[in-house]
Order: sequence, then C-alpha cells, then structure tokens
Amino acid sequence: MAAMKPAAFDYHAPATLAGALDLLRGEEARVLAGGQSLVPTMAFRMARPGILVDINRIPALAYAEKRDGALAIGALARHAWFETPRAGGPLGRLLAAVVRHVAHAPIRTRGTFCGSLAHADAASEWCATVLALGGRMRCASATGTREVAAEEWFQGVFTTALQPGEMLTEVRLPLLGPDWRYGFAEFSRRAGDFALAMAVAVLRVEGGVVRQARIALGGIGGTPVLAKEAALALIGAAPTDAVIATAAETAAACCDPQEDIHAPAEYRRDLVRAMTRRALRQALAA
Amino acid sequence: MSRHVVSFTVNGVPKRVELEARRTLADMLREDCGLTGTHLGCEHGVCGACTVLVDGEPVRSCLMFGVQAEGCAIRTIEGLAAPDGTLNVLQRAFRTHHGLQCGFCTPGFLMLATWLLERDERLDEAALRHAVSSNLCRCTGYQTILDAIRAAAQELDRWEDSAAGEARR
Ligand SMILES: Cc1cc2nc3c(=O)[nH]c(=O)nc-3n(C[C@H](O)[C@H](O)[C@H](O)COP(=O)(O)OP(=O)(O)OC[C@H]3O[C@@H](n4cnc5c(N)ncnc54)[C@H](O)[C@@H]3O)c2cc1C
Ligand code: FES
Ligand code: FES
Repeated sequence: MAAMKPAAFDYHAPATLAGALDLLRGEEARVLAGGQSLVPTMAFRMARPGILVDINRIPALAYAEKRDGALAIGALARHAWFETPRAGGPLGRLLAAVVRHVAHAPIRTRGTFCGSLAHADAASEWCATVLALGGRMRCASATGTREVAAEEWFQGVFTTALQPGEMLTEVRLPLLGPDWRYGFAEFSRRAGDFALAMAVAVLRVEGGVVRQARIALGGIGGTPVLAKEAALALIGAAPTDAVIATAAETAAACCDPQEDIHAPAEYRRDLVRAMTRRALRQALAA
Repeated sequence: MSRHVVSFTVNGVPKRVELEARRTLADMLREDCGLTGTHLGCEHGVCGACTVLVDGEPVRSCLMFGVQAEGCAIRTIEGLAAPDGTLNVLQRAFRTHHGLQCGFCTPGFLMLATWLLERDERLDEAALRHAVSSNLCRCTGYQTILDAIRAAAQELDRWEDSAAGEARR
C-alpha cells in the first residue's frame, strides 16, 4: 500500500470550551478528539478538514461522574476509563463489560466515548449501548446548547443530529437501580474488530417478572436500532428459556439487516437471533 | 497548513522540533528525531507496529499528530536496551522464545508488552491474550510472542497463574 499521509490543515488546541466553540464556527473546522476514527479517514484522504480543533487540551471536558442522578460523560472521557466502573450498580458494570469489545487497549487509551457517539459507526458498541439505555446527548455551539435523545441522535450512516458548528460536550446515561439487569453480546471475526452484529439488553425484573426492557442492536445496518417488538415480548413475563427464545426470534424477524462484503443479510439475521439470546441469557442468569 | 514548534522528551531526552500539523507522531519520531525503530505498517491504526508509549500509555503513533505531543514523555523501542546495547529482560525473552522472525512487528509488540509489564495489575493468561490481540504479526503465529511475554513476566515476578489461562494453553 502506498504511504498514506493526511492532507494539510490548520491546527488549533484551545484551552477552553468557549475557545473551541468559537473556532468551530469556521465552516471547514472539525473536532479532533481521540483521533482513532478521524485520523485513519484523513490518512485515506476520505476526510480533508481544513481546520482541526483539538479538544485534548481542555481539562474541563475530562470527566465521567454522577451528576444530577445520571452518569455524565464529558467529551474527553477515554474508552479505557470505563474498564473500571465509573458508576455504582449495574450501569458501571455494564459499561465495563462493553468496553472490552471496543477496539484494543492502545486505541482505548486515546479514543473517547463521545467521539464514538459523534462518529456514529453502525457497529459502535457505545452507540448501541447509549440507545439501549436511552441516553441524552448535550450539544453546544457558539450560540447555545441543546439536548438530543438517543432515539433522535442516529440519523443514518455516520450521520447524527449534530449540526455544523456544534460539539457533543457530554452524554448523560440514566443510572440503573439494583433491580436492573444487563447483557451484551457481539460477534466479530477477530478480537477487537468491528462486530457483524451485537445486542445490548437492559431489563428491570421485579417479583420474578420483567417490568421494563430495552434491547438495542448494532452492526446490522446504517444505525443502531431498538428491537422494540422483542422487548415487548418480554414485558410481563417470567423470563423462561422459551420467553427468551421468542424474544430473540422476534428481534431477528423484525430487524432489517444489510448485506455487505463482510456478511450476507440472512447471516446477520441469524447473528441477531443468537446475540439477542445470549444478551438476554446473561441479563437473566440468576 | 499551520507549522508548529513542539517540545517533548523521547526516552528521557528533551527534543524540540518544528513541523507541519499533519505530521504524524510516527513520522515525527522517524523523520525528525531519526528514531526509525518505530515501524509503520498500515498507517491507519489496525496493525500496531507503530505502538509507542506516551506518558506511560500505549498509543498508535500513526493516529496521533506530532504537534499533539507537546509536553509529553514518549518512549520508543530505542529506549529499551541499556546504553551499552545490553538487551532488557523482555527483549531477551523475545530472542530466547523466538518471538520474532522478520522483526517488522516487533517494536510494536515490545512497547505494548513493556506497558503490560509495568502496570499495577499482575499479568495473567487472559489479560495477556486480550492485550496482544491488538497487534498483527504475519510471521510467528503469535504463540512464541505470548511465550516470550509470559516468560518475561515470570522473570520479573509480574505473572499470575490463573485457571482460565491453564485451560487455554
Ligand atoms: C483498529 C481500530 C479498531 C477499532 N475498533 C472499534 C470497535 O470495535 N468498536 C468501536 O466502537 N470503535 C472502534 N474503533 C474506533 C474508536 O473507538 C474511536 O475511538 C471512535 O470511533 C471515535 O472516537 P475518537 O475520540 O477517537 O474520535 P475522533 O477520531 O477524534 O473523531 C471521530 C469523528 O467524530 C468527531 N468528533 C469527535 N468527538 C467529537 C465531539 N465531542 N463533538 C463533535 N464531534 C466530535 C470528529 O470530528 C470526527 O468526525 C476502532 C478504531 C481503530 C483504529
Ligand atoms: S502503522 Fe500504526 S497501527 Fe499500523
Ligand atoms: S515477525 Fe514478521 S511480522 Fe511479526
């Protein structure tokens, strides 16, 4: 392969969020967070941003902590931080289980949680997880801030609700009480590769019956999707193997997997069934 | 097309380099510092040949820009052996266990393993395999690389026997 070098750009490393937002008013400006997705695309010259706004020198964005009853994850929270639980209860454990599947250690040291949400790869573990949890994205621009719910965030292939000039400053995840259970399963050909299919399940079980359930699928189309029908199949039921099998079957039947060079659609549908079943079994194991 | 002056240390030696913003950390080390031990395989983050330590953590040096290294302490393969060329424990283990053939991937594996051996947690088989999956080697088949790192960890008393590890071996 020929040597791959990024096209020329102007580089800025502001020390404050206000400074970064001011620079992002420039039409050609792009946020540089962990660089673990942006720099490869620049090396291929699929991206040629004229201005890079490096947010790595803004200490105020480096946090992942409980705020107002939620886990608030700032734009400089690295993937690796989540290897040790950043929240008590099931949420911290869920994120610690998921992060093991996000790329590799030397990528997790730089790559950021918010960068994954902004990049919105269809096979991003964090994207599917945020959708399953019903997280909220906080966007800021030089003119103001707004919040976007996970359901409205993912708009298409590598496309989110983020507008030009905006930065994703924080993702908020609802804390999960002790009666919440979770499961995560993905299938990828090699450890650390992007998955061909994944399922994230979060459920609240009370008195032996599933009261609330959300299942998100990733890796199968342009965006992560909620498997609403599959979740419905669980609610009000005692989580037996038969109920889990029905939910997994429903997830497979209702999703719309895409074919690409890595796998035909029907293979992905089989994987959705298997991953959903695994995630639910994990969640509901005594 | 901004140009920048960057100050940092490599293997403890202070450096000051003027470069274009688009210069990657890997190219800065190789071209501006003359440290060609850091290898470039894919230049887009998948192979790990370019792994170096930045402030103690492993990083793909093809995915960081040199200008971002301002104030950082960088460690590369050139810093592992003693100044007189005596190999360290890890390097010797790679030689003893045939952890390299063509050697192209070796600097990346050595820097990754250096980090693994310096962490607070002791290393076990599961953690070793999980971490090493990060880098590609087209020659060895990986088993000898695992053998080498395991042996170095044992010699340095950083190894933890684990049931899971025994089952896999
Ligand atoms: C070999 C390899 C394997 C990988 N495997 C996986 C994997 O299995 N699963 C997975 O999920 N990811 C994987 N990744 C991608 C990695 O997780 C990235 O870290 C992540 O996708 C992007 O985060 P980043 O902080 O590196 O963002 P960057 O690369 O810095 O940015 C990515 C994009 O998002 C924008 N952006 C970043 N942060 C913000 C922000 N706060 N506000 C607005 N825009 C922003 C940038 O402008 C850019 O367009 C892999 C990467 C590599 C190189
Ligand atoms: S050259 Fe950097 S990961 Fe391959
Ligand atoms: S020894 Fe040849 S690539 Fe690893």
